[in-house]
Amino acid sequence: MERSASYTLRFAAIVGVVASAVVATAAVTLSARQEENRLLDRRLKVLDVAGLSAPEEALSRAEITRRFEEGVRTLVVHLETGEVAGDIDAERFDPRRASQDPERSRPAPDNVAGVSRLPHHVLVYHLVRDDEVDTLVLPFEGVGLWSTIYGFVALSGDLSTVRGITFYEHAETAGLGALISDADWRALWVGRRLFDDDWTPRLRVIKGRAGPSDASPFEVDGLSGATLTGNGVTEALHFWLGDAVLGAYLARYRSERGIT
Amino acid sequence: MSRARDVFWDPVFNDNPIALQVLGVCSALAITTSMSAALVMSLAVVGVLTGSNVTVSLIRRQVPFRIRIIVQLTIIASLVIVTDEILEAFAYGISQQLSVFVGLIITNCIVMGRAESFAMEHGPGPSLLDGLGNAVGYSVVLMFVAFFRELLGFGTVFGMTVLQTTADGGWYPPNAFMAMAPSASLLIGCFIWILRSWKSEQVEKEFTVGALSDAGGESRIR
Repeated sequence: MERSASYTLRFAAIVGVVASAVVATAAVTLSARQEENRLLDRRLKVLDVAGLSAPEEALSRAEITRRFEEGVRTLVVHLETGEVAGDIDAERFDPRRASQDPERSRPAPDNVAGVSRLPHHVLVYHLVRDDEVDTLVLPFEGVGLWSTIYGFVALSGDLSTVRGITFYEHAETAGLGALISDADWRALWVGRRLFDDDWTPRLRVIKGRAGPSDASPFEVDGLSGATLTGNGVTEALHFWLGDAVLGAYLARYRSERGIT
Repeated sequence: MSRARDVFWDPVFNDNPIALQVLGVCSALAITTSMSAALVMSLAVVGVLTGSNVTVSLIRRQVPFRIRIIVQLTIIASLVIVTDEILEAFAYGISQQLSVFVGLIITNCIVMGRAESFAMEHGPGPSLLDGLGNAVGYSVVLMFVAFFRELLGFGTVFGMTVLQTTADGGWYPPNAFMAMAPSASLLIGCFIWILRSWKSEQVEKEFTVGALSDAGGESRIR
């Protein structure tokens, strides 16, 4: 049956209002829990890379919070100065969201890691033991073959060796590039050296086998069939841990502790 | 109540939305590497499809004919967003795994197809059953594909090891093809093959190219 134009308009308006009310209600009522989920997820990744939880362990929400708050300090770091920003709440700060906000980010300097914008601040994690930084967890990101790969790398407090690496978001080819998330491959990074003597990042994913870490401290086995993903990981690490991004913070960290 | 039973069971095997109508294949390719992800996706489709069918059916006499499609789409989109929000709040890990594919239920032809072809013409009761049946039909194919992809591609079922892979010190070398999307096409093909051998009336009539030149073949022209 044909309806009048005003009926059609009124009907459309009512449908629009009702639908938006339903969507808005769901978004508002669930947002607190979603926010908590995101925070817990990030904390779990940090615990994982810092060696405070085993990958096969299923931790409850309370347990994640307990381990994290007992052992880990979260710092909001200003990238350009390397200073710790005390005025930003680390629990609420999301560097991903900040890098999409023109007020809180800047275009990234030229890089081969495929990063287009950098936030003014990022989150850095200190695992503290006996008042010393035992492990330092640093973020990095860069483009692999298909997708942006996001990860954390854990370094010993004196920055000499890698304690662990984790990739918490990527969409690389399943069965090939996606094997970067594989525990066996990530274990190959442990004990290798990330920086050379001038504190330039040197560790890279090569083609083929690299051998044990004391024989080739600056190389990690490539994943066969995933050369471009491996290159992406290398470039992401070199860009983020180099002068362009975390360099200022790392220089400050070293001078405060007399690491040369 | 055999009619109600038919409304529910027909789309599961007789008129399966993926196997017979070949709709909604995109998500069946994308998220079937793990059974738990496929199960959550199936539940999301069950929720959206029954919800949209019932809602569309309830307002079917009030909807102005000319804007019915966009009204259906608004309802479906709202339901999908709500489902996505719920998953993100209560099944965070899986919602990260499903990423955009829950949102893409909006474009799943099965949902809108049922709203337009069934719910617009039937009451809420049958529409609910039709939505449920189609969603279950979709889920059956999804779980079938996911079962083989996860088992052969990773050696696990619902994340539990069944075939110990060589990487874990076992004997089974995982089939990398199964981990990739094209394998789902193959499996859906196998599913359709099995289904049509069992229910041969689903086989499409063959179109014979030579029909016209065939002597006395006039009766075979379609």
